[in-house]
Amino acid sequence: MSDTPLLELRGITKTFGSVQALTDVDFECRPGEVMALVGDNGAGKSTLIKCVAGIHPVDSGEIWFDGQHVTVHGPKDAVKLGIEVVYQDLALCDNLDVVQNMYLGREAHDRLQRLQEPVMEVKTAETMKSLAVTTIKSIRQPVASLSGGQRQSVAVARAVMWNSRLVILDEPTAALGVAQTEQVLSLVNRLAEQGLAVVLISHNLHDIFEVGTRITVLRLGRNVGVYDRAKTTQQEIVQAITAGVPTKVAGIPADDSEVVV
Amino acid sequence: MTTAAVDQPALASLPRRAFDNLRSGNLGPLPVVVALAIIVVYFSQTASNFFTAGNFNNIITQMAGTTLIAYGVVFVLLIGEIDLSVAYVSGFAGVVAAEMQLPGTWHEFPGLIAILLAVLVGVLIGAGQGSIVALIGVPSFVVTLAGFLIWQGAIIKTVESKGAIIIQNDTINNTANYFFSHRAGWIIAAVVSLVYVIGVLSQVWANRRHGIPVRDPLLLAWRLLWVPAAMFIVVDICNHDVRRGVPFALVLIIAALLVLTYLAKRTTFGRHVYAVGGNAEAARRAGINVARIRILVFMIAGAMSALGGVVLAARLNSVDLNQGGGTLLIDAIAAAVIGGTSLFGGRGEIRNALFGALVIKTIENGLDTKGYSQGIIFIVTGLILLLAVTLDAVARRLQVKSGR
Repeated sequence: MSDTPLLELRGITKTFGSVQALTDVDFECRPGEVMALVGDNGAGKSTLIKCVAGIHPVDSGEIWFDGQHVTVHGPKDAVKLGIEVVYQDLALCDNLDVVQNMYLGREAHDRLQRLQEPVMEVKTAETMKSLAVTTIKSIRQPVASLSGGQRQSVAVARAVMWNSRLVILDEPTAALGVAQTEQVLSLVNRLAEQGLAVVLISHNLHDIFEVGTRITVLRLGRNVGVYDRAKTTQQEIVQAITAGVPTKVAGIPADDSEVVV
Repeated sequence: MTTAAVDQPALASLPRRAFDNLRSGNLGPLPVVVALAIIVVYFSQTASNFFTAGNFNNIITQMAGTTLIAYGVVFVLLIGEIDLSVAYVSGFAGVVAAEMQLPGTWHEFPGLIAILLAVLVGVLIGAGQGSIVALIGVPSFVVTLAGFLIWQGAIIKTVESKGAIIIQNDTINNTANYFFSHRAGWIIAAVVSLVYVIGVLSQVWANRRHGIPVRDPLLLAWRLLWVPAAMFIVVDICNHDVRRGVPFALVLIIAALLVLTYLAKRTTFGRHVYAVGGNAEAARRAGINVARIRILVFMIAGAMSALGGVVLAARLNSVDLNQGGGTLLIDAIAAAVIGGTSLFGGRGEIRNALFGALVIKTIENGLDTKGYSQGIIFIVTGLILLLAVTLDAVARRLQVKSGR
């Protein structure tokens, strides 16, 4: 794990009309780490990743990627940089099989637009193997026949396959049962082990503490703090999410103080 | 070999695969093939003139136009849209072809040119209607319902002063009325079989080069055997008709089937068609130009309608005010749906249209041979359509259930 961040946001501000969605947010994610991004509903998590993914233009602030100041004008720019986002609804076609979904919109073809199925099948099998996704019986079965965890695995594998360097996962375990959540979390771990930078958005503190390397807390559009998983407690994170960070001033009880960024 | 060990091909897994497919709501052509078998057995037992080579050739020429139109309908259904204008677009294209061969006018063109102009008109109509659907976002049901009226009006406007236009051009008329010699029939069967076998084997070879084993050797052998066998059996039946052989119309519908299936299954365009039908939002996010796919699909529907319209006009050697009317629209859509194409988009094969048209036209022909009235024919066709759509709905529910 390297110490220089792959993605670094400096002073990101975003407003929608009169609503201040993000105020002067700093954020970073290093290669090989899982950066958990948490916050209550409306804290600005989704807005922040949409700014990175090129869906929302930022009002002010800078995006640095791999040590370079970059501008992201659209989803294609983000993809070009190696940023892949797995949205909550996964965006899979139920009627297509795993291979077809992995290559959706980027099919391998020759000059006559003929599909090169073997190329796609072999590469898909390789990717699945490297991510140790073993629960899928056949990569030629339609996605409709997969479980929720398997679908999530396909969506994640699709994001990883395109030499991406930063993978952003939006609530990957929200709709999953216990066993399937374990499946997906271990997959997230393997992504980081392979040297990718992973941003994990989640409401579930258990998940965050299981795979997160560091934790960034957003509250009301501001970055409240960045915590090392090893040096924090669920208690502290919950407090940061709900009440912000109490300033520790000698003599004054911590819990009724103002929010300080 | 290397990495593709994800699938363990189990020998003799054909029944198992079929069972899995059934359970997950992927019925494929099974119901329609069963239905067809029952229909044929029933009529050959009860109608005296039904099970003859001559009548077989009749059914093929009767169904050719509808089948070609239904191929286009399958594409439209695959993206989850509907095209109600296909019948009158086909009628209008038939009128165009008839006009463009009219002797003694400035627009007396050779037959092939007349046919191409008719198809071009179909493509342009499809492009226009498709653009309104894809770019402006008007529901296809409404756009093509308007087209239904507009093109019917265009037919009446063109033909009403003359009552009917006679087609004297042999090239056009031959699309429905030419029959190959017996020997030519055998050669055609051999060529088509060869094309099919090469197509299938090239896929197998490409897979083997990449170290992917044949997933289901039994299924492969079955496909390689039964398709050529079916070709030769069909030609044999056609050739038993003493005066006639294989109809040109049969060659036309088989050739169109091969070309369109190739387009749907082996090209990026076809893959995107299925993707748009399965989940348009996912397709859009994956960078597929959804509007472009929709417009192209409506253009294909227009082209196939026009081609079918030419064959339908050629069969009667003329066009009149009723061109494209009657049950043509219902037959074409019903053919696609009865064959197993989902109305909800994303599921179906081009060959469904052929099977479906075969069912509809065989019933119509059989009931007609037995002397039943048009009323009975409508009722039976309607019931079969209802059954097919119900099957689709049940299949869809099963698929969702097995999904999560």
